Amino acid sequence: MIPINYYIVLSAILFTIGVTGVLIRRNALIIFMSIELMLNASNLAIVAFSSAIKSFSGQIFVFFVIAVAAAEVAVGLALIVEIFKSKRSIDVDQMSSLKG
Amino acid sequence: MTLDLALFLTLSLVAIVTALGMLMSRNAVYSALFLVLNFTTVAVFYLLLGAPFIAMSQITVYAGAIMVLFLFVIMLLGADALPKTEVLPWQKPLAIGLAFVLAAEATYLLITKARPSGDILQPDAVVNSTDNLRELGVVLFSDYLLPFEVTSILLLVAMVGAIVLTGKEKKARKS
Repeated sequence: MIPINYYIVLSAILFTIGVTGVLIRRNALIIFMSIELMLNASNLAIVAFSSAIKSFSGQIFVFFVIAVAAAEVAVGLALIVEIFKSKRSIDVDQMSSLKG
Repeated sequence: MTLDLALFLTLSLVAIVTALGMLMSRNAVYSALFLVLNFTTVAVFYLLLGAPFIAMSQITVYAGAIMVLFLFVIMLLGADALPKTEVLPWQKPLAIGLAFVLAAEATYLLITKARPSGDILQPDAVVNSTDNLRELGVVLFSDYLLPFEVTSILLLVAMVGAIVLTGKEKKARKS
């Protein structure tokens, strides 16, 4: 018997921690992990809403989000490995080749 | 305080602390391990919400496959700790301040505007957990068949993309 508001607040807090991670960290891998954390927080909210309205659609949607996250991680990590090969660093402040 | 509520409060404390640990720790390997713990706690939340299949997918896909990929890349690059470089000194306090504003706004809007009518969550009433997988499969392969097929194409494209991105250099070196 947990009020749905508790889940919403928890999901908002986790999402905000993810946003903060993207904003304040310089390591590209940590930024990527923070994006995963944000996806997870929104998944939690979707599942909470879907069980509040007693429907399966939310769970199916979360299933698709997990599949898309897996695809995103595969491509994103390949990109980070490529960046590391050319720059020898994954500090996002170093990626300033386009700076005028 | 019921047992469910006590479990929820303890687990949410664990989830927030591990997320903050992921954010704070200087070493990327520790961050990844904190995130594994966070994903596992979220999986337990899914169980509390009456979604056992999603909980198991969460553990296999997120805590298993995705985080192992992360750990492989961290160890492959040897980039577990970056030297401290501050380019914008005002960025961190500003970001933290704005994050508090975002948390307050998101909580307020979700609670007042987006809340469904069902207020109290009773997982047993949502669906009998032994039938969860069967019902999910029926809905997935009837109403959501097209998205399911599109997802398979997406996964194929991601796989080809990852292979092309990482394999190009090797091919150039060989020729």
